[in-house]
Amino acid sequence: MTSAPRPEEPLETESPDVPGFGTWRAVYFFVFGWFVLLVVLLTAFTAMFA
Amino acid sequence: MNVVDWIVLLATIVGIAAYGAWRTRQVRSLNTYLRGKPSTGWGTIGLSVMATQASAITYLSIPGQGFESGIGFVQNYFGLPLALIIVCAVFLPMYRRLNVYTAYQFLGERFDEKTRLLGAGLFLLQRGLATGVTIYAPAIIVSTVLGWPLDPVIVATGLLVIVYTVTGGSEAVALTHRWQMAVIAAGMVTALILLILRLPDGLHFTGSVAAAGALGKLHAVDFSLDPSRRYTVWTGLFGGLFLSLSYFGTDQSQVQRYIGGSSLREGRLGLMFNAMLKIPMQFVILMVGALLFVFYQFAPHPVFFNQAEWRRHSQDSRFRAIEAEHAQALAQSQSAIRAWLQARASDDVAREATARAAMVAASDRAQAIRAEARAALLAADPRAKVKDSDYVFITFIVTQLPHGAIGLLLAMMFAAALSSKASELAALGTTTTIDFWRHFRPLAAADEARNMRVARRFTALWGIFAVAFALFAGFAENLIEAINILGSIFYGVLLGLFLVAFFLRHVGGSAVFFAAIAAQTLVIVMYFSLNIGYLWYNLIGCAACVALSLALQAILPRRAP
Repeated sequence: MTSAPRPEEPLETESPDVPGFGTWRAVYFFVFGWFVLLVVLLTAFTAMFA
Repeated sequence: MNVVDWIVLLATIVGIAAYGAWRTRQVRSLNTYLRGKPSTGWGTIGLSVMATQASAITYLSIPGQGFESGIGFVQNYFGLPLALIIVCAVFLPMYRRLNVYTAYQFLGERFDEKTRLLGAGLFLLQRGLATGVTIYAPAIIVSTVLGWPLDPVIVATGLLVIVYTVTGGSEAVALTHRWQMAVIAAGMVTALILLILRLPDGLHFTGSVAAAGALGKLHAVDFSLDPSRRYTVWTGLFGGLFLSLSYFGTDQSQVQRYIGGSSLREGRLGLMFNAMLKIPMQFVILMVGALLFVFYQFAPHPVFFNQAEWRRHSQDSRFRAIEAEHAQALAQSQSAIRAWLQARASDDVAREATARAAMVAASDRAQAIRAEARAALLAADPRAKVKDSDYVFITFIVTQLPHGAIGLLLAMMFAAALSSKASELAALGTTTTIDFWRHFRPLAAADEARNMRVARRFTALWGIFAVAFALFAGFAENLIEAINILGSIFYGVLLGLFLVAFFLRHVGGSAVFFAAIAAQTLVIVMYFSLNIGYLWYNLIGCAACVALSLALQAILPRRAP
């Protein structure tokens, strides 16, 4: 009951067309790194003010 | 509120709804109606995902949470970026490859029709019942504070959202989300700037942040393994990952936001946009609450922020005595904070420590009187609503902000209410049409115009149901809690179905279907026989569904290849 399947779309190893990123995996690592940075900053914020 | 506020509020909210309905009045394609315009870019998808998640209660309750318990609640969002990466890498490519309208169609493709109906049924049950609360919960707070009659607020917001969602479907929802998010961002920035400008003389922003920290409101991160602590890095990471995966990966109100778009890239970037912005955004909203706590150490405020509830019961002298005690404690707290700031500036460590202890003791005293006020309310009426933190931010808005800003902030609350409601209605209408109506009318699937009419009718019906439910919710306040519990009871099994579908390729439809039924029965039996926090049922339902699927697959005869 779905509409016709789409042709194959880009895989993880293909370019996400985002400047500075060659693959989707690189985008995910960047976002994960950003998350780790936020946790580090929040930890420093807690140590500084709490 | 004066005429300026009314103009800002009505022009913004009615204007966005009218614009959404007018711009999408010509939608004739089922694909556009259910998935949005095919050319939708990642920015619109990202804002739409964000607007769907953040309801009015987010902007009413989270500053209150920061005021009451500090900013540690931000840890609840730690699992969200990780969940969105999994959705991007695993869930979204599969949804797009199969070109589905709903997440539950994927279950049909992967397993069989009965499993698809089970997944869609679980979604409709939990989201359908919760749908009235999205309108009722903010309406009751805004009506209480502003003294507006509740029913017209519910009916007006309900009708607005029904009109544009039924007219333009998913395209109207995404289009209005962009503007509603702009109003929300403008409102939060305005509130933050005005709050900072109104901080007491001599304290300013840096002093207020320091005071909030010393008073225990800025403990953002807690690595403790103590299970009795409510918000820690670990509960945020594991619980947050689990809940976010359920919500973003399997709830049609979110799936519908990102499966459209011109390509897989747009959906992925929209989700990554949320993965990067959600934690900073929640941090800012919680900081508003923490700064409000410092602000209210100096500004006069009621001992109990839900003043309508307080006045209903505060007839005797005991309540007057509590109010007087609270005013006295606040005066002592103000002096103690100023003394601490002076000691801090003097670089005398011993003096600073003494002044800090005195300040914390004074603040604790004021908080103890607030607890006493809640106890007095309960003693006067065991059914009294004693949680007033949801009223802190709205009280600040209506009593401290200039006219115009009050209208903008109220517009922000209504924009948030409409944005999440619209996504829910579109998702409920789509799932009912595609997963149920089409299942029982297979020959009608090819008739696009008829599908459109049916989708519009189901969306309108769910909207009317939501408004009717919200109108009656006032008679059964505890229904809201019951619906949250109901969500936890069904969400876990739904996620279990999807995890088996994606990660356990050898498990077939019959095994997962009967495992889901057994897991759901187990959760319901446990709910009625055990006394554990209901959030645990998310984990139990999911784990039981996955484990029983594996066990049943090992027992059941394999299908012929």
